[in-house]
Amino acid sequence: MANTKTVILKIKRQDNPNAKSHWEEFELAWHPGMNVISSMMEIARNPVTRDGKATTPITYDSNCLEEVCGSCAMLINGRARMACSALIDKLEQPIRLEPFTKFPVIRDLAVDRSVLFENLKTVKAWVPIDGTYDLGSGPRISPEEQEAAYPLSRCISCCCCMEACPQFNDDTGFVGAATISQVRLFNTHPTGAALKRERLAALIGDGGIQECGYAQNCVEVCPKDIPLTQSISEVGGEVIRQAVGDLFRK
Amino acid sequence: MASSPKIIVIGGGLAGLSAVIKIAEMGGHVDLFSIVPVKRSHSVCAQGGINAAKNLKGEGDSTWKHFDDTIYGGDFLANQPPVKAMCEAAPGIIDLLDRMGVPFNRTPEGLLDFRRFGGTLYNRTAFAGATTGQQLLYALDEQVRRYESEGKVKKYEHWEFLSAVLDSNKICRGICAMDLRSMEVRTFPADAIIIATGGNGAIFGKSTNSVVCTGSAQSALYQQGCFYGNGEFIQVHPTCIPGEDKLRLMSESARGEGGRVWVPKTPGDNRDPLSIPQSERWYFLEEWYPKYGNLVPRDIATRAIFKVVFEHNLGIDGKPMVYLDLTHIDPKILDRKLEGILEIYEKFVGDDPRKVPMKIFPGMHYTMGGLWIDFNQATNIPGIYAAGECEYQYHGANRLGANSLVSCIFGGFVAGPAAVQYARNLQTAPGNGHFDAERKHQEENNSMLMKSDGKENPFRLWQEFGELMTANCTVIRYNNKLKETDSKLCEMLERFRHINLNDRTQWANTSVVFTRQLYNMLQLGRVIAQGAAMRNESRGAHYKPDFPERDDKNWLKTTKAYFAPDADEPKFEFEAVDISLIPPRPRKYDAVK
Ligand SMILES: Cc1cc2nc3c(=O)[nH]c(=O)nc-3n(C[C@H](O)[C@H](O)[C@H](O)COP(=O)(O)OP(=O)(O)OC[C@H]3O[C@@H](n4cnc5c(N)ncnc54)[C@H](O)[C@@H]3O)c2cc1C
Ligand code: SF4
Ligand code: SF4
Ligand code: FES
Repeated sequence: MANTKTVILKIKRQDNPNAKSHWEEFELAWHPGMNVISSMMEIARNPVTRDGKATTPITYDSNCLEEVCGSCAMLINGRARMACSALIDKLEQPIRLEPFTKFPVIRDLAVDRSVLFENLKTVKAWVPIDGTYDLGSGPRISPEEQEAAYPLSRCISCCCCMEACPQFNDDTGFVGAATISQVRLFNTHPTGAALKRERLAALIGDGGIQECGYAQNCVEVCPKDIPLTQSISEVGGEVIRQAVGDLFRK
Repeated sequence: MASSPKIIVIGGGLAGLSAVIKIAEMGGHVDLFSIVPVKRSHSVCAQGGINAAKNLKGEGDSTWKHFDDTIYGGDFLANQPPVKAMCEAAPGIIDLLDRMGVPFNRTPEGLLDFRRFGGTLYNRTAFAGATTGQQLLYALDEQVRRYESEGKVKKYEHWEFLSAVLDSNKICRGICAMDLRSMEVRTFPADAIIIATGGNGAIFGKSTNSVVCTGSAQSALYQQGCFYGNGEFIQVHPTCIPGEDKLRLMSESARGEGGRVWVPKTPGDNRDPLSIPQSERWYFLEEWYPKYGNLVPRDIATRAIFKVVFEHNLGIDGKPMVYLDLTHIDPKILDRKLEGILEIYEKFVGDDPRKVPMKIFPGMHYTMGGLWIDFNQATNIPGIYAAGECEYQYHGANRLGANSLVSCIFGGFVAGPAAVQYARNLQTAPGNGHFDAERKHQEENNSMLMKSDGKENPFRLWQEFGELMTANCTVIRYNNKLKETDSKLCEMLERFRHINLNDRTQWANTSVVFTRQLYNMLQLGRVIAQGAAMRNESRGAHYKPDFPERDDKNWLKTTKAYFAPDADEPKFEFEAVDISLIPPRPRKYDAVK
């Protein structure tokens, strides 16, 4: 791609949640180091389509521009990924940009992903500390435990794993891989484990962990390489053990 | 006043969330406003770590030494009592974060590990890989989510603070904010408000900051009567990766873990860096600053790089760049301690920094200046508090690496309880009319923009503005250039009246939102340029070749800018710095201090 003099972007646009979507095409002069966000910044500086029609700047979410805030997720050439780290030179042209399909569109490429934050409430994704007053240092944690927890804790809540998951849809009401992986993170923390039963209970039944068909799409798209299928099988095992145990206790 | 105070917190970075947690814990109710979902705040970008003198390495570190390093690093411009309080609180803050589940790196015994950062000789920086800010922010975000599910906190995400609502006695009674989706402008009453809106990198166009770090809220408050302190102190980070859309940071931790900065000794030497023998490399920081080496404070390292590149003409490929080299370090150690930042370099540049030296250059990174506050985080307008990068209190003329995160959390922990205390003693307002008046005023601003049909594209104007500020108001400053900058800013404010929005829809209109911010950025740009022009000395990050020495006799003072509405420009007054604990001494990193 590096020798083409221009970059062509096809962007799916939608004025508001109820409007119909349409495509617009843009052609930009190529220069080194471009990524999808910097291209959209350029469009904002000169909002004219490829066929010369004046249009509006693209609405999209972004903040950190270094793939750590989780804002800029979208479909790029059909794949769920972060726009800020999508280098133009590594993409096939024309580059197609579309909003996620499984979340309500706000406008253009911006969608409403608040469902993930709601899910995190449901599974109590926090360490239940007594208070912020001085209670001395935390529990001892070995380097091995830290090295297991840290990768899980790098989830940026981008929702790529949910967009790519065949089971994540209105019919199943599936919570998705990110939430399950957070359950694993907090259940393995010495203090966080206090809420383990409640977290697992929240994953039992419709929309819970059983919906997962182990299609592994989630792992493939996760920009932070989080071992999601491992989290799912580990948490899945515990959910079953808890459910069976409860059955016998009844 | 009501027994359960109602506080509005604006901003959900480390500072805002820290305040929220304290208020909720004290039984107050919080409305939390943020442009982005709080979990996506700029604090997630912080890489290297957070300072606290826990002295777990048997080095004899102490909170007093942390205090002294911070004051000395800040070239004696910070008021000393609050800095001392922060350094004393820091070890407790680390313990708390540890209890909240932050996956800090550990020693074999299971204790917290610490590394070295710039401007100190001690291993004082706790870290979680190279994504410390992300990990800290998540821990606080999780605690706030817990309070949210208990009904103590209500979040307004995708809402932007526009202005404070002041009553006829100039007491703050709430805020005016805009829903960034419906574009609705609304007012919200509160007993007190806390501003925690972060940095202002966007004033410099490209910086290491996130997109929403515009300083717009701070500027709006300055225009409403808040003092703005030490605006001219802007930190340029020595090691950034130049990019199309932003300057990505290569954290100081890379040098903390042994990274070395060098250039080839001969100009124009374009050999593969790995083939250049040691004897033909110039490790200029190590040579000039044998004691601190690569870990001199940022202002010093940045000026050294400028000197090597622009005076000695030794920039790599003839460009303003130098090498930051990690290739001599065991890749396994690099992965364990620095993976997050190595990944950034790999992803955005395409080279593996374990194998090839990185090419880096200084970039705008942090503002030491911000809303003026007292030792209780209160601004000069009753009922308005501030915490985090948006205020000026803790870093003097130059911030030390890994001190911001601790100042954000500490500031939030002070501001929250102070606001609750204030709210408990608050008298009722003399009327309610000011709410409607403020809302109408802001609605008019919006409709003026919507109607404006000039030719200026706001995003292009921003680009020009950023380039101007970067050229004249960063590393090296000359009075004629600063004055020229200010008059260009006046021209830009004039051009702003002929803005063309391109987008006039009433739904999720990012052009209107950005254009409003741009106006506030331009106003704050003048505070920075004029403040810098006035200060005829060199101190910390503020460097004037025509006045190369620090001048304590005339300039050991806090700059306080205030807005003169009739003249539509900044006015200045100066305040003595509280130096009651450590007498100022010359700041020299080439010698033992
Ligand atoms: C790349 C990088 C690396 C860094 N690494 C380190 C490090 O290792 N150690 C260290 O100590 N410091 C580091 N820093 C500095 C540190 O990250 C910041 O100073 C700190 O995170 C600022 O936190 P904050 O809470 O003040 O603001 P932020 O985290 O910037 O949060 C601001 C909040 O305000 C909201 N907001 C802003 N304006 C409005 C408005 N008008 N209305 C409503 N909401 C608004 C935003 O949505 C956001 O929630 C680094 C900085 C950068 C850029
Ligand atoms: S494994 Fe498949 S079904 Fe399960 S969460 Fe991942 S993508 Fe969805
Ligand atoms: S698990 Fe990965 S893909 Fe899913 S939300 Fe987290 S970071 Fe994104
Ligand atoms: S903008 Fe933060 S992840 Fe892309």
